[in-house]
Amino acid sequence: MNHNVYIYILLMAGVTYLIRMLPITLIKKDITSSFIRSFLYYVPYACLAAMTFPAILSATGNTISAAAGFVVALIAAYKEKSLITVALLACLVVFLVERVLVLL
Amino acid sequence: MDSESFRRGLKDGIPIALGYFAVSFTFGIMAVSCGLTIWQAVLISLTNLTSAGQFAGLEIIAAGGSYMEIALTQLIINLRYCLMSFSLSQKLPRDCAQGHRYVVAFGITDEIFGISASQEGRISPYYNYGAMCVAIPGWTIGTLVGAVSGNLLPGFVLSALGVAIYGMFLAVIIPPAKHSRAVLGVVIGAMAVSSLFAYAPLLNQVSSGFVIIITTIVVAGVAAVLCPVKEERHES
Repeated sequence: MNHNVYIYILLMAGVTYLIRMLPITLIKKDITSSFIRSFLYYVPYACLAAMTFPAILSATGNTISAAAGFVVALIAAYKEKSLITVALLACLVVFLVERVLVLL
Repeated sequence: MDSESFRRGLKDGIPIALGYFAVSFTFGIMAVSCGLTIWQAVLISLTNLTSAGQFAGLEIIAAGGSYMEIALTQLIINLRYCLMSFSLSQKLPRDCAQGHRYVVAFGITDEIFGISASQEGRISPYYNYGAMCVAIPGWTIGTLVGAVSGNLLPGFVLSALGVAIYGMFLAVIIPPAKHSRAVLGVVIGAMAVSSLFAYAPLLNQVSSGFVIIITTIVVAGVAAVLCPVKEERHES
């Protein structure tokens, strides 16, 4: 069965934009509920943490290099380094660990 | 036009753009290896501006999945933007024009949301425009460069690039966790719950998009009950 790539792309873009657009354009009043405000405050942390772990462990060629990248990224983030510094340090460590593993 | 906010957005957007470049570079490589043209890969990045959703979409396109399947998958994986958009609706000035909201909405990504949510008080839409003006080209050009040059790179370089996006996520969530025990609890709790879904029998059958939604709602919900955020927003 032949699917048109451009229809795939249109569907992906359309669905993704609607999800982003509907709440921000429809909700204009201040939310006074302390529960909802607190919930929304915690959403990004819960969401990004859930996306990161354990997915990061299978993001590279093997679990050992990925775990090393994870630990180094944690330390760099804890020291409040910038986004790009943390990301590149993690990549560098994965690269080095995989080089060492090849030698073993 | 609020040029002060715009400039601040541009500046805060630069590290995001650099991180995006590394991740979308990988996307460009994969898209071409899945049989898409360079132009199609770039078009996906320019119109979708999302990492997890694009990678999942690519798999479905490569497998020749149905239109319904691709739409549903995007809905599930990207549903978290709905929560972020909801949160951002409280962050813009109340009298912010509808037109601004349509444009800001397009730029709701994990990272742009992360920096706008971390600003004190209300934010100007121009802050988001500034960030979008560097982040969107970073994401799109990264895809282009990856699509053009992907076959030239050895596998070990690609493997190392795989952690880039997670490094970025950690850089967003760890510093606030250092300063707030509630946020620390949320981060550890969410990682624990998603690990449970990854490894526990039966639970590991749940698709990754749903795992993110369930984990987010449960952990943020529990945290909101146990540690309600005190009213400390400075109204402007």
